[in-house]
Amino acid sequence: MAYAAFFIVAMIATGSALGLILRTNAIHGALFLVVNLGSIAALYLMLGAEFLAAAQVIVYAGAIMVLFVFAIMVLIPGKEETGPDPRRAARLLALPVGALLLLLLVFVIVGRLRGAPTAGGPSGSVPALGRLLFTSYLFPFELTSVLLLAAMVGVLLLARRRA
Amino acid sequence: MVPESFYVTLSAVLFTIGVVGVVIRRNPLVIFMSIELMLNAANLALVAFGQRYGNLDGQAVVFFVMAVAAAEVAVGLAIIVAIFRIRRRLSVDDLSIMRW
Repeated sequence: MAYAAFFIVAMIATGSALGLILRTNAIHGALFLVVNLGSIAALYLMLGAEFLAAAQVIVYAGAIMVLFVFAIMVLIPGKEETGPDPRRAARLLALPVGALLLLLLVFVIVGRLRGAPTAGGPSGSVPALGRLLFTSYLFPFELTSVLLLAAMVGVLLLARRRA
Repeated sequence: MVPESFYVTLSAVLFTIGVVGVVIRRNPLVIFMSIELMLNAANLALVAFGQRYGNLDGQAVVFFVMAVAAAEVAVGLAIIVAIFRIRRRLSVDDLSIMRW
């Protein structure tokens, strides 16, 4: 049962990722990415990370994707990748190189994982993760707020229309 | 319980799709979305490893990755919009003025 659920979600995630990179229309790509982020949230739930699943839906599928869709609408989509690609041969080289990268990743990481003992998973419940974030990770947590503030000021500066 | 190696394999597949997307696409917005795909694949691997070794640190790191990704998307999209205002075109092949 758990296997069936995993394989269904994994197929949705892979298919939507392929849709993102193969569709020429950027807004279709954005919608595929939303599906992909949602399926990864489902995988987080299967791994017992409830807080991250909720944060994934709110931050990624909500906030970040709204930014993306907004930018696509501002930037007149659908007219960027028309016409022949002058570097088609060089780009097609990405497929064998990507296959090689995948083989390498799977052999190194998954091969290393096999046989190692599996500890009982931690509970990813909100109290446990919150306690960790506000004790061991308190300084990075506060730095994050500074980073977000800096990003906000930077974006305002970049988006300002120069006279 | 699905073994963690399945999750890590799926994360490797998603990461590779993201890398291929960055290389084969010409629209900077789609390239940006492929980068988000790679970030998510890495997050999935972090959560799977944290589950395997029984500590929550992986999930804490994923939390910070999400916060940094939010900042990164905002700044990156602002830069793309600023470039579009100046050049009126949106293809990464045109942006070679900084090439040595």
